[in-house]
Amino acid sequence: MQTLDGNAIAGVLHEIFGKEMTAVTVTCGSCGFTAPVANTVIYPHLPGTVARCRNCAALLMVITRIRGVYCVDLQGIAAMKSPMDT
Amino acid sequence: MEGTAVQRRLTWQVATVAATTRETPTVRTIELTVPEWPGHRAGQHLDVRLTAEDGYVAEREYSIASAPGEPVLITVERLDDGEVSPYLTEELRVGDALELRGPVGGYFVWEEADGGPLLLVAGGSGIAPLRAIIRQHQRSGSDTPVRLLYSARTLPDVIYRAELDSYADDIAVSYTLTRARPPGWTGYARRVDAELLAEAAWPAGQQPLAFVCGPTSFVETAAAGLVGLGYRPERVKTERFGGTGGT
Repeated sequence: MQTLDGNAIAGVLHEIFGKEMTAVTVTCGSCGFTAPVANTVIYPHLPGTVARCRNCAALLMVITRIRGVYCVDLQGIAAMKSPMDT
Repeated sequence: MEGTAVQRRLTWQVATVAATTRETPTVRTIELTVPEWPGHRAGQHLDVRLTAEDGYVAEREYSIASAPGEPVLITVERLDDGEVSPYLTEELRVGDALELRGPVGGYFVWEEADGGPLLLVAGGSGIAPLRAIIRQHQRSGSDTPVRLLYSARTLPDVIYRAELDSYADDIAVSYTLTRARPPGWTGYARRVDAELLAEAAWPAGQQPLAFVCGPTSFVETAAAGLVGLGYRPERVKTERFGGTGGT
Protein backbone atom coordinates (compact mmCIF):
# COMPACT_ATOMS: atom_id res chain seq x y z
CA MET A 1 0.00 0.00 0.00
CA GLN A 2 1.35 3.42 -0.86
CA THR A 3 2.04 5.51 2.19
CA LEU A 4 2.61 9.20 2.70
CA ASP A 5 4.17 11.06 5.59
CA GLY A 6 2.96 13.36 8.33
CA ASN A 7 3.28 16.46 6.15
CA ALA A 8 0.12 15.22 4.46
CA ILE A 9 -1.96 15.63 7.62
CA ALA A 10 -0.69 19.10 8.56
CA GLY A 11 -4.09 20.61 7.84
CA VAL A 12 -6.20 18.20 9.85
CA LEU A 13 -3.76 18.32 12.77
CA HIS A 14 -3.79 22.10 12.72
CA GLU A 15 -7.57 21.98 12.74
CA ILE A 16 -7.64 19.62 15.73
CA PHE A 17 -4.79 21.02 17.82
CA GLY A 18 -5.18 24.66 16.79
CA LYS A 19 -1.51 24.99 15.84
CA GLU A 20 1.15 23.74 13.50
CA MET A 21 2.00 20.16 14.50
CA THR A 22 4.25 18.63 11.82
CA ALA A 23 7.47 19.89 13.45
CA VAL A 24 6.42 18.52 16.85
CA THR A 25 8.49 15.47 17.76
CA VAL A 26 6.75 12.32 18.92
CA THR A 27 8.26 9.44 20.82
CA CYS A 28 6.95 6.01 19.92
CA GLY A 29 5.47 4.19 22.89
CA SER A 30 6.65 0.85 21.51
CA CYS A 31 10.26 1.38 20.46
CA GLY A 32 11.15 4.84 21.76
CA PHE A 33 12.05 6.21 18.32
CA THR A 34 11.69 9.98 18.31
CA ALA A 35 11.03 11.95 15.13
CA PRO A 36 8.92 14.83 13.89
CA VAL A 37 5.24 14.17 13.17
CA ALA A 38 6.19 14.97 9.55
CA ASN A 39 8.28 11.81 9.48
CA THR A 40 5.54 9.38 10.59
CA VAL A 41 4.11 6.91 8.10
CA ILE A 42 0.61 7.87 6.99
CA TYR A 43 -1.89 5.45 5.52
CA PRO A 44 -4.11 7.77 3.53
CA HIS A 45 -6.76 5.49 2.15
CA LEU A 46 -8.13 3.88 5.27
CA PRO A 47 -11.28 5.00 7.02
CA GLY A 48 -9.81 7.83 9.05
CA THR A 49 -6.13 8.65 9.26
CA VAL A 50 -3.52 6.31 10.72
CA ALA A 51 0.02 7.36 11.62
CA ARG A 52 2.64 4.71 12.34
CA CYS A 53 6.21 4.79 13.63
CA ARG A 54 8.77 4.89 10.81
CA ASN A 55 11.14 2.73 12.86
CA CYS A 56 8.92 -0.08 14.17
CA ALA A 57 5.56 0.49 12.43
CA ALA A 58 3.68 0.61 15.72
CA LEU A 59 0.44 2.57 15.74
CA LEU A 60 1.02 6.12 16.96
CA MET A 61 -2.13 8.00 16.15
CA VAL A 62 -5.61 7.32 14.79
CA ILE A 63 -7.88 10.15 13.74
CA THR A 64 -11.48 9.54 12.73
CA ARG A 65 -14.33 11.93 12.17
CA ILE A 66 -17.80 10.86 13.06
CA ARG A 67 -20.74 13.16 12.40
CA GLY A 68 -18.45 16.19 12.39
CA VAL A 69 -16.65 15.30 15.62
CA TYR A 70 -12.99 14.26 15.55
CA CYS A 71 -11.93 11.26 17.60
CA VAL A 72 -8.19 11.38 18.23
CA ASP A 73 -6.41 8.34 19.67
CA LEU A 74 -2.84 9.10 20.70
CA GLN A 75 -2.20 6.14 22.96
CA GLY A 76 0.74 4.86 20.88
CA ILE A 77 2.67 8.04 21.63
CA ALA A 78 4.83 8.12 24.74
CA ALA A 79 5.72 11.82 24.51
CA MET A 80 5.22 14.86 22.30
CA LYS A 81 7.52 17.85 22.29
CA SER A 82 7.04 21.09 20.44
CA PRO A 83 10.13 22.70 18.87
CA MET A 84 9.12 25.88 20.72
CA ASP A 85 9.32 24.13 24.13
CA THR A 86 12.47 24.89 26.02
CA MET B 1 -1.58 27.35 27.99
CA GLU B 2 -4.99 28.53 26.93
CA GLY B 3 -4.95 32.22 26.19
CA THR B 4 -1.19 32.54 26.45
CA ALA B 5 -0.52 32.41 22.74
CA VAL B 6 -2.43 33.79 19.81
CA GLN B 7 -2.95 30.94 17.41
CA ARG B 8 -4.36 31.53 14.00
CA ARG B 9 -7.43 29.43 13.48
CA LEU B 10 -7.31 27.40 10.32
CA THR B 11 -10.50 27.90 8.36
CA TRP B 12 -11.72 27.06 4.91
CA GLN B 13 -12.10 30.00 2.58
CA VAL B 14 -12.96 30.58 -1.04
CA ALA B 15 -10.12 31.58 -3.33
CA THR B 16 -10.39 32.65 -6.97
CA VAL B 17 -8.30 31.36 -9.83
CA ALA B 18 -6.31 34.35 -11.12
CA ALA B 19 -4.26 32.60 -13.80
CA THR B 20 -3.17 29.18 -14.97
CA THR B 21 0.04 28.08 -16.65
CA ARG B 22 0.56 24.83 -18.51
CA GLU B 23 3.90 23.49 -17.33
CA THR B 24 3.94 20.11 -19.08
CA PRO B 25 1.18 18.10 -20.79
CA THR B 26 0.10 16.75 -17.37
CA VAL B 27 1.10 19.54 -15.02
CA ARG B 28 -0.50 22.91 -14.48
CA THR B 29 0.31 25.80 -12.17
CA ILE B 30 -2.65 27.67 -10.71
CA GLU B 31 -2.37 31.18 -9.32
CA LEU B 32 -4.90 31.85 -6.59
CA THR B 33 -6.27 35.05 -5.17
CA VAL B 34 -6.94 34.31 -1.53
CA PRO B 35 -8.88 37.01 0.32
CA GLU B 36 -7.51 36.29 3.77
CA TRP B 37 -4.06 34.93 3.16
CA PRO B 38 -1.89 35.42 6.25
CA GLY B 39 1.32 34.86 4.31
CA HIS B 40 3.32 31.68 4.08
CA ARG B 41 6.81 30.29 4.52
CA ALA B 42 8.80 28.62 1.75
CA GLY B 43 7.93 24.92 1.70
CA GLN B 44 4.47 25.09 3.28
CA HIS B 45 1.38 23.73 1.59
CA LEU B 46 -2.35 24.23 1.52
CA ASP B 47 -5.40 21.98 1.51
CA VAL B 48 -7.89 22.08 -1.34
CA ARG B 49 -11.46 20.85 -0.89
CA LEU B 50 -13.78 19.94 -3.73
CA THR B 51 -17.44 19.26 -3.06
CA ALA B 52 -19.50 17.39 -5.62
CA GLU B 53 -23.14 18.19 -6.32
CA ASP B 54 -24.18 15.15 -4.30
CA GLY B 55 -22.21 16.39 -1.30
CA TYR B 56 -19.22 14.07 -1.73
CA VAL B 57 -16.12 15.84 -0.47
CA ALA B 58 -12.51 15.25 -1.51
CA GLU B 59 -9.55 17.01 0.11
CA ARG B 60 -5.97 17.13 -1.16
CA GLU B 61 -2.78 18.87 -0.09
CA TYR B 62 -0.70 20.87 -2.54
CA SER B 63 2.64 22.49 -1.95
CA ILE B 64 2.79 26.22 -2.43
CA ALA B 65 5.12 26.80 -5.37
CA SER B 66 5.78 30.50 -4.79
CA ALA B 67 7.90 32.42 -2.30
CA PRO B 68 6.49 34.34 0.65
CA GLY B 69 5.17 37.67 -0.61
CA GLU B 70 4.44 36.36 -4.09
CA PRO B 71 0.98 35.42 -5.36
CA VAL B 72 -0.08 31.99 -4.12
CA LEU B 73 0.76 29.33 -6.69
CA ILE B 74 0.12 25.61 -6.61
CA THR B 75 1.45 23.18 -9.19
CA VAL B 76 -0.73 20.16 -9.82
CA GLU B 77 0.12 16.97 -11.67
CA ARG B 78 -2.78 15.10 -13.24
CA LEU B 79 -3.16 11.58 -11.93
CA ASP B 80 -5.26 9.57 -14.34
CA ASP B 81 -7.12 7.81 -11.55
CA GLY B 82 -7.27 10.93 -9.38
CA GLU B 83 -10.46 12.42 -7.99
CA VAL B 84 -9.19 15.97 -7.74
CA SER B 85 -6.20 16.50 -10.01
CA PRO B 86 -8.01 15.94 -13.35
CA TYR B 87 -10.41 18.72 -12.40
CA LEU B 88 -7.63 21.07 -11.32
CA THR B 89 -5.46 20.41 -14.36
CA GLU B 90 -8.12 20.22 -17.06
CA GLU B 91 -11.40 21.80 -15.99
CA LEU B 92 -10.64 24.70 -13.68
CA ARG B 93 -10.77 28.11 -15.40
CA VAL B 94 -9.65 31.64 -14.54
CA GLY B 95 -12.31 33.22 -12.34
CA ASP B 96 -13.47 29.92 -10.87
CA ALA B 97 -13.78 29.58 -7.12
CA LEU B 98 -11.74 27.05 -5.17
CA GLU B 99 -12.13 26.19 -1.50
CA LEU B 100 -8.88 26.02 0.44
CA ARG B 101 -7.26 26.41 3.82
CA GLY B 102 -3.71 27.24 4.70
CA PRO B 103 -0.90 27.69 4.81
CA VAL B 104 -0.13 24.56 6.81
CA GLY B 105 3.02 22.71 7.78
CA GLY B 106 6.09 23.92 9.60
CA TYR B 107 8.55 21.06 9.26
CA PHE B 108 9.35 21.12 5.56
CA VAL B 109 10.16 24.82 5.65
CA TRP B 110 13.36 26.63 4.80
CA GLU B 111 14.62 29.62 6.72
CA GLU B 112 17.85 31.41 5.93
CA ALA B 113 18.90 31.01 9.56
CA ASP B 114 18.88 27.21 9.22
CA GLY B 115 22.36 27.54 7.75
CA GLY B 116 24.51 25.12 5.82
CA PRO B 117 24.82 24.75 2.11
CA LEU B 118 21.41 23.78 0.81
CA LEU B 119 20.75 20.59 -1.11
CA LEU B 120 17.38 20.28 -2.83
CA VAL B 121 16.41 16.88 -4.23
CA ALA B 122 13.23 16.70 -6.32
CA GLY B 123 11.43 13.76 -7.85
CA GLY B 124 8.87 14.75 -10.49
CA SER B 125 6.35 17.30 -9.21
CA GLY B 126 8.18 17.21 -5.87
CA ILE B 127 9.97 20.23 -7.30
CA ALA B 128 7.03 22.49 -6.29
CA PRO B 129 7.94 23.30 -2.66
CA LEU B 130 11.62 23.36 -3.60
CA ARG B 131 10.88 26.01 -6.19
CA ALA B 132 9.30 28.08 -3.40
CA ILE B 133 12.52 27.66 -1.43
CA ILE B 134 14.64 28.64 -4.46
CA ARG B 135 12.52 31.72 -5.10
CA GLN B 136 12.75 32.71 -1.44
CA HIS B 137 16.50 32.22 -1.63
CA GLN B 138 16.62 34.54 -4.65
CA ARG B 139 14.26 37.15 -3.23
CA SER B 140 16.06 37.37 0.07
CA GLY B 141 19.44 37.71 -1.59
CA SER B 142 20.66 34.77 0.44
CA ASP B 143 24.31 33.83 0.03
CA THR B 144 23.68 30.23 1.16
CA PRO B 145 25.06 28.01 -1.62
CA VAL B 146 22.38 25.87 -3.26
CA ARG B 147 22.47 22.69 -5.29
CA LEU B 148 19.36 21.24 -6.90
CA LEU B 149 19.18 17.66 -8.10
CA TYR B 150 15.99 17.09 -10.07
CA SER B 151 14.89 13.69 -11.34
CA ALA B 152 12.34 13.48 -14.14
CA ARG B 153 11.41 10.92 -16.75
CA THR B 154 12.26 13.04 -19.77
CA LEU B 155 13.36 16.61 -20.43
CA PRO B 156 9.84 17.77 -21.40
CA ASP B 157 8.64 16.45 -18.02
CA VAL B 158 10.90 18.90 -16.18
CA ILE B 159 8.66 21.49 -14.54
CA TYR B 160 9.81 25.16 -14.39
CA ARG B 161 12.75 24.27 -16.63
CA ALA B 162 13.30 27.74 -18.13
CA GLU B 163 13.11 29.32 -14.69
CA LEU B 164 15.46 26.80 -13.12
CA ASP B 165 17.96 27.23 -15.94
CA SER B 166 17.85 30.99 -15.43
CA TYR B 167 19.32 30.53 -11.94
CA ALA B 168 22.44 28.91 -13.36
CA ASP B 169 24.75 31.63 -12.03
CA ASP B 170 23.55 31.20 -8.46
CA ILE B 171 22.35 27.65 -8.16
CA ALA B 172 23.94 24.47 -9.40
CA VAL B 173 21.09 22.61 -11.10
CA SER B 174 21.59 18.97 -12.07
CA TYR B 175 18.95 17.00 -13.92
CA THR B 176 18.72 13.27 -14.14
CA LEU B 177 16.45 11.85 -16.82
CA THR B 178 15.38 8.33 -16.05
CA ARG B 179 13.41 7.26 -19.11
CA ALA B 180 14.66 9.05 -22.20
CA ARG B 181 17.31 11.60 -23.01
CA PRO B 182 17.59 14.06 -25.90
CA PRO B 183 20.53 13.54 -28.29
CA GLY B 184 23.76 14.83 -26.84
CA TRP B 185 22.42 14.85 -23.24
CA THR B 186 25.25 15.50 -20.83
CA GLY B 187 23.30 15.36 -17.56
CA TYR B 188 22.64 12.31 -15.43
CA ALA B 189 20.68 9.47 -16.95
CA ARG B 190 19.65 7.18 -14.12
CA ARG B 191 17.57 6.97 -11.00
CA VAL B 192 18.78 8.80 -7.93
CA ASP B 193 20.81 6.41 -5.82
CA ALA B 194 23.68 6.61 -3.34
CA GLU B 195 26.28 6.78 -6.07
CA LEU B 196 24.58 9.63 -7.89
CA LEU B 197 24.09 11.51 -4.63
CA ALA B 198 27.77 11.08 -3.83
CA GLU B 199 28.54 12.91 -7.09
CA ALA B 200 25.86 15.59 -7.01
CA ALA B 201 25.33 16.38 -3.32
CA TRP B 202 27.40 18.52 -0.98
CA PRO B 203 29.95 16.55 0.99
CA ALA B 204 28.56 15.74 4.44
CA GLY B 205 31.49 17.50 6.08
CA GLN B 206 30.03 20.86 5.01
CA GLN B 207 27.05 20.32 7.36
CA PRO B 208 24.54 20.59 4.52
CA LEU B 209 20.81 20.95 4.97
CA ALA B 210 18.78 18.79 2.58
CA PHE B 211 15.18 18.99 1.46
CA VAL B 212 13.90 15.94 -0.40
CA CYS B 213 10.45 15.90 -2.00
CA GLY B 214 8.88 13.41 -4.36
CA PRO B 215 6.97 10.16 -4.48
CA THR B 216 7.38 7.97 -1.41
CA SER B 217 9.83 5.45 -2.86
CA PHE B 218 11.97 8.21 -4.37
CA VAL B 219 12.17 10.02 -1.04
CA GLU B 220 13.03 6.82 0.85
CA THR B 221 15.93 6.09 -1.50
CA ALA B 222 17.27 9.62 -1.60
CA ALA B 223 17.00 10.26 2.14
CA ALA B 224 18.62 6.94 3.02
CA GLY B 225 21.35 7.67 0.49
CA LEU B 226 22.11 11.05 2.05
CA VAL B 227 22.21 9.62 5.57
CA GLY B 228 24.51 6.93 4.19
CA LEU B 229 26.82 9.68 2.94
CA GLY B 230 27.00 11.03 6.45
CA TYR B 231 24.24 13.65 6.41
CA ARG B 232 22.70 14.06 9.85
CA PRO B 233 19.18 12.60 9.75
CA GLU B 234 17.66 15.70 11.34
CA ARG B 235 19.24 17.78 8.55
CA VAL B 236 17.50 15.72 5.86
CA LYS B 237 13.95 17.04 5.64
CA THR B 238 11.56 14.89 3.69
CA GLU B 239 8.13 15.23 2.16
CA ARG B 240 6.46 12.30 0.45
CA PHE B 241 3.44 12.53 -1.76
CA GLY B 242 1.28 10.13 -3.64
CA GLY B 243 1.30 10.24 -7.37
CA THR B 244 2.55 8.41 -10.33
CA GLY B 245 6.18 8.19 -9.34
CA GLY B 246 7.10 10.23 -12.40
CA THR B 247 10.73 10.54 -11.48
